[in-house]
Amino acid sequence: MVEVVKAGFYDTIQDLGRAGFQHYGVPYSGVMDMYAAALANSLLGNDLHASVMEITMTGPVLKFHCNTNICLSGADMSPTLNSQSILNNTAIAVKTGDVLSFGKLRHGFRCYLAVSEGFKTETVMNSFSMYKGITTKHKLDKNDRLPISESVAFKIKNASLKIDDSYLNTNIVEVFEGPEFHHLSKQQKKVLFSKEFAISKYNSRMAYQLVETLDNTLKPIITSLVLPGTVQLTPAGKLIVLMKDCQTTGGYPRVLQLKESALDVLAQKFSGNPIRFQLID
Amino acid sequence: MGFELTYKPFGERSILVEWPSVINEQILKDIIGFKTAIKEKNVKSIVEIKSAYNSLLITYNSICRNFENEVKILKNIYELSKKNNDRMSVLWKIPVCYDDCFGIDLDAISEEKKLSKKDIIKIHSQAVYTVYFIGFLPGFLYLGGLDERLHVDRKQTPRLTIEKGTVAIGGQQTGVYPNESPGGWNVIGNTPISFFDVTKEEPCFANPGDQIIFNPITLEEYNHVKILVEAGVYQMESEVIDG
Repeated sequence: MVEVVKAGFYDTIQDLGRAGFQHYGVPYSGVMDMYAAALANSLLGNDLHASVMEITMTGPVLKFHCNTNICLSGADMSPTLNSQSILNNTAIAVKTGDVLSFGKLRHGFRCYLAVSEGFKTETVMNSFSMYKGITTKHKLDKNDRLPISESVAFKIKNASLKIDDSYLNTNIVEVFEGPEFHHLSKQQKKVLFSKEFAISKYNSRMAYQLVETLDNTLKPIITSLVLPGTVQLTPAGKLIVLMKDCQTTGGYPRVLQLKESALDVLAQKFSGNPIRFQLID
Repeated sequence: MGFELTYKPFGERSILVEWPSVINEQILKDIIGFKTAIKEKNVKSIVEIKSAYNSLLITYNSICRNFENEVKILKNIYELSKKNNDRMSVLWKIPVCYDDCFGIDLDAISEEKKLSKKDIIKIHSQAVYTVYFIGFLPGFLYLGGLDERLHVDRKQTPRLTIEKGTVAIGGQQTGVYPNESPGGWNVIGNTPISFFDVTKEEPCFANPGDQIIFNPITLEEYNHVKILVEAGVYQMESEVIDG
């Protein structure tokens, strides 16, 4: 079992999401940065569907009440185990009584904690992913106790892995044309791909709103279907990038659609960070 | 019958099929027919099919490397679906209490529309509504069929909390809030029926193409039904209708 001694800014349990329930209006949810979560799970030899803890901006203090192995990936939040610095993207054996905590956010925004075999918390509709109204809890709080399996120390000898984490530093967000892209004027398209946009303070697991606006004359559409990664353009010219907890339908023109790996890039950005859209031919 | 459809890639793993940009029941029926035919084909690579007023989104389990080929397969399924257009749907009778304790905007609507509260309730509960799709919130039904006399603009400032089960009017639409949520619609009543239940295999009882009628009940009846619903023994009234 893992005890939440102190909660972080926003910690949740996530897996690859809740597929197959979109037609009931149920959001996908799931890890915001799939690359980091997959890396953390892979380094422990876990199934990619194993649940992980998604840690946002400021980490929690966690105490382990059994032996297991952990691996952190994604944002670097200066993690320590029993006050000793540890590295991301490294499998580490932990023992009963060990305490994992986090310090300064060095880069990125979301860190993933994998444990051997994943967290054995509540599953609803085939998924561990926490979402308000679907799971009993929508985020982790102090004193939460998360069941995990006891696991023996994971020994890797003479193995090393070169991790490509360049996505944490890029500001390029790769996109495809969205269903209403062709409604945009030549000028609007030009601005969309030449201007730098900043992430606004309205960013969450549901959507990222951008600060700069795009002159807009497009009218709302008849409510249609959206996906994580859909970029909507509001009548006021605001661009909204939908993220993993987004609704299943929407009525704003869908001008762009992020490449799935671009969601990983965006998941590691926060208020003020600049991005540029790059169209995939 | 049949419509001129457009097929567009939507991201790496989805195809968006679009009907003409209007809301009507012929299009709804066509969409449901297509959706049912895709499901019956049991294409293993398809993991999700969802629909809205005039669109269908088909999502695959991996990146579509050959978009044209997937579209060809879908087009064939659409052609076949046209031949088999008779589908069963269900008419659901939803008990609604329009008592003042729930219908907190009835007075304002009454004033604006120059209708008595009794008339508003009568108009609202005599119509048969069509379920177009579920979206916005888990279990939120997009319903068509609200009488024009009851079209009321959304509130200027949304309320921070709208209670679970709230029956409301927003513009040309009426609907039920399946869970507590913020919302800008005009509140006229409340239903004790649960529109979304995570513990059920089919978390929402209604499907696109189904019909809904709202059946007025007293506060006393409301409390009675609520107890039955909470105990999991309430039997909802419904009948099967030909599509």
